[in-house]
Amino acid sequence: MHRSNVIGAAIGLILAGATTSALAEGPTDPQIAHIAYTAGDIDVKTAELALQKSKTKTVRAFAEDMVRDHKAVNDKALALVKKLNVTPEDNDTSKGLVKDADQERAKLAKLSGAEFDKAYVANEVAYHKTVNGALEKTLIPSSSNAELKGLLETGLKIFQGHQQHAEHLLGSLK
Amino acid sequence: MIGAMFRAIALPCAIFVLAATAGAVVVVAAKTVDVKIAALAFAPAEVTAHVGDTVTWENADFIDHTATSSEGGWDVVLPVGGTGRVVLTKAGTFDYICTIHPNMKGKVHVTSD
Repeated sequence: MHRSNVIGAAIGLILAGATTSALAEGPTDPQIAHIAYTAGDIDVKTAELALQKSKTKTVRAFAEDMVRDHKAVNDKALALVKKLNVTPEDNDTSKGLVKDADQERAKLAKLSGAEFDKAYVANEVAYHKTVNGALEKTLIPSSSNAELKGLLETGLKIFQGHQQHAEHLLGSLK
Repeated sequence: MIGAMFRAIALPCAIFVLAATAGAVVVVAAKTVDVKIAALAFAPAEVTAHVGDTVTWENADFIDHTATSSEGGWDVVLPVGGTGRVVLTKAGTFDYICTIHPNMKGKVHVTSD
């Protein structure tokens, strides 16, 4: 399996309930909030790595967009859980995401130049595709609070935009 | 505030004086077409304007956007809560997108007659 798809596969498996019984009946709102925040935070950290390593203008601009957008969404999420008096609850999906992302970043950190750029952007395509799938099929349908659902739906549109942006960018890299 | 900004910026440069054949002077004020961005959508997604008119975009989302048209030759950066404008200088139909979120699409029809 291509390394870009490892995190995606992990999310898919965990969200499908294949590896945990805790989410067998669908994640709760506190778990969903935690998963969504964690997924965004992972993309910020990966983008920060790209800003350390890449010298390519378009890749750096994309990474800056990822940092700014995902931080903005997570700020909204934090404000919402505070307003709703919900405490995000750590769970196996979040833990799996963090573990796999740490491994992915360690692999990316060993690359440089064009090799890094391509691997980073390919990972962004795969990661957004999988997170968007999880939002669409599991997180949004499972959320019960209307405001949380609304924020997830807006997040999905934002991340679908990121996916398209990453796909265009990947096609432009030589 | 936006209205005040519009008046300050748009009106002084948006008035065209046309000499009529009868010798009278007809003053035609170029119009401004407003597009609002909310929930990752340009609204209205399609607008029609005339050469010399101005399109303004207001970003009501909590993330930055752009209104960018390679065909139309404009790239308007729209930070959170910000507005941007472009004066239409050529006729045609111009597609535009947000370069950060290319799933956001809009269209400007510019007429010349």
